[in-house]
Amino acid sequence: MKTKKNSSGSTKRFITNSIVHIGLAIVGFIWILPIAFVILTSLRKETGTYKSYILPQAFTLHNYANLFADHGTLNFSRWFFNTLGVAIASCLLSAFFVLCVAYVMSRLRFRMRKKLMNIALILGMFPSFMSMIAVYYILKGLGFLEAGQLKLVALVLVYSAGSSLGFYIAKGFFDTLPKTIDEAAYIDGATKWDVFRRITIPLSKPIIVNTLITSFMGPWVDYIFAKVILGQDRDYYTIAIGLWTMLQKEFIQYYYTTFFAGCVIISIPITILFLFTQRFYVEGVSGAVKG
Amino acid sequence: MAGKKQKISDKPVHGIGFGTAFKSGNAITKLSAVVFGLGNILHKQIIRGFIYLALEVAYLYYMLSFGTKAIQNLITLGTKTQEEVFNEAKQIYEYVVGDNSMLCLLYGVITIFVTLLFIAILTSSVKSAYETQKRMEEGKPIPRFIDDLRSLGHEKLHNSLLLFPIVGVICFTIIPLVFNILIAFTNYDKDHQPPGNLFDWVGFDNFVAMFKTGGILAKTFWPIFEWTIIWAIFATFSCYILGMLLALVINREGTRYKGFWRFIFVLSIAVPQFVSLLTMSTIFNASGPLNVILKDMGIISAGTTIPFLTNPTLAKVTIILVNIWIGVPYTMLSTTGILSNIPKDLYEAAKVDGANAIVTFFKITLPYMLFVTTPSLITAFVGNINNFNVIFLLTGGGPASIEYYNAGKTDLLVTWLYKLTLTNKDYNIGAVIGIIIFVILATLSLLTYRHTGSYKDEEAFQ
Repeated sequence: MKTKKNSSGSTKRFITNSIVHIGLAIVGFIWILPIAFVILTSLRKETGTYKSYILPQAFTLHNYANLFADHGTLNFSRWFFNTLGVAIASCLLSAFFVLCVAYVMSRLRFRMRKKLMNIALILGMFPSFMSMIAVYYILKGLGFLEAGQLKLVALVLVYSAGSSLGFYIAKGFFDTLPKTIDEAAYIDGATKWDVFRRITIPLSKPIIVNTLITSFMGPWVDYIFAKVILGQDRDYYTIAIGLWTMLQKEFIQYYYTTFFAGCVIISIPITILFLFTQRFYVEGVSGAVKG
Repeated sequence: MAGKKQKISDKPVHGIGFGTAFKSGNAITKLSAVVFGLGNILHKQIIRGFIYLALEVAYLYYMLSFGTKAIQNLITLGTKTQEEVFNEAKQIYEYVVGDNSMLCLLYGVITIFVTLLFIAILTSSVKSAYETQKRMEEGKPIPRFIDDLRSLGHEKLHNSLLLFPIVGVICFTIIPLVFNILIAFTNYDKDHQPPGNLFDWVGFDNFVAMFKTGGILAKTFWPIFEWTIIWAIFATFSCYILGMLLALVINREGTRYKGFWRFIFVLSIAVPQFVSLLTMSTIFNASGPLNVILKDMGIISAGTTIPFLTNPTLAKVTIILVNIWIGVPYTMLSTTGILSNIPKDLYEAAKVDGANAIVTFFKITLPYMLFVTTPSLITAFVGNINNFNVIFLLTGGGPASIEYYNAGKTDLLVTWLYKLTLTNKDYNIGAVIGIIIFVILATLSLLTYRHTGSYKDEEAFQ
């Protein structure tokens, strides 16, 4: 009697497990499909845009060569280094801003604290590019829009200047660090600056990495501000608007497959970075959600 | 308990406000409101005093040379239009530069902020003078300049750490925002573009036009508003629930190769969003691969295509489906850790009571997850109302509609705002929409945010 029940249980379990695995395989396939499509099209030999078939008839690496060889209007390698420079500069600057503000709001007590936190919350609710026209004219007034390089500096300023408003996640993380360590350090005569630099920062690796990555990714995917600030200056485009330009009417016929090669090229470093730091990412986020 | 603790630690470090300092200060302290830093200079704090004085002189110079005019211009928004004048000597028409309303407004706003800064320095000067006066009377040592500098690393660390972030936020967020809010009360549209034309204050006219029944703006606004809310609800909850289910399925006991499954789904997050979105827009294109597959499989006949992105209703469905593709792995990743924290005995108790998987999900998993992740759910909802990328890169707001004012059937409020400001140069209407979005989000999040644990008990884990 008992064994029979067990065996029917295990059959049932086998059936559910099979269904689950088949289901996962189907869903996973759907998730992989667009990525496979990008890779396949990037290797397609036939130029032009849409084809009446899916699998390319012949394969080539020419699209990748085309991406880097072309020094005409669309200069991919230049865009790549523009974006890399902007991303590195703005991620360092924003991480610095975010950590400073998060630490102050989490650990220091002063009169305006609650008020400032509420103001930050309120400012975060305006659509970020609502004010971009004014930002544009302020940058113009400051003389940032006169040369291409300066436009890239302006882009760094735009990405990082307001970044400190996103301090909430880092603050949530600092809130979970025990206060007793700080107090022990004060007894030993440390100033608050010492505590910040020598104790809090070294303990906050997950959230620092999380902040760095989020702000590093920003310039690679931002479309609006880059478009407004860089305008028609194609030499100083970032990757996102550069690739978007390739899909515009005047370029799409010739650049369609090259566009996908560009997508693959920039996805590789970002994917590696992301997979490598996934652990930090999850830790950082769940630190904020606790409680 | 936590609330009580906070009350004590939130007490101001030096409790003197400007009012008490001014009232109970002596003549020198009172004079410090006129001659900044006087109290400091007379009490041996020479450097500190002169810094105050220099700031005052700088402000006065700014106001005399530039500021007063800027404030006047802010009120009139310029009076002189650019004109063509015939130059007799050269025998040509020349442009005489007029006022530029846009710059008048911008400089006016900047001057207001400079003045606010000046008032802050004024109060700080009086307070500083009062503090020094108190110390003199009580015979305490007067801090030297070097002590002031040192305190920036300890008691006043918040000032030093906040300086640069706050300057950045004021210059690139607050001033532009105030400027743009003011634009909502002007007629700065495509017919009033400086420097050729001036624009002027119009009060609440734009808001009235936006909500006037039967007007073209109201006819555009309400459907777009409705779709924005529907989109935000569907996008947030579909990703949330499906992502959580995926995490549960992958993490359940019987599932093998957990790492592999997770990798497959995480891969799609790692691909930059605009790449996947632009790819999706080609995949769903009328002559794109999905239609090709459907034809090859014989599901649709050779001559027809399914208008995934060009039929209004179908486009909305496609957008939500694509968003699921993008968002589900995200939720899966961030909920995996929290799911494993749910106490196991809850599930065992449910099993003993004979509950099946569906019942346990709705009675145990979902309530627990909602309890823990409400803040991030609100953030996701707000993010979706402002989700520019998905709409703009997938459909560009299209299919276009002649019933709407410069908007398409799938436009959200934000993408409409973008089109109005960048393509159409109707800055005033754009600003009105921005304010409306803000009002929606502000009421929504302040109501819910204040009730979450992480807002109330921020020191619970310290």
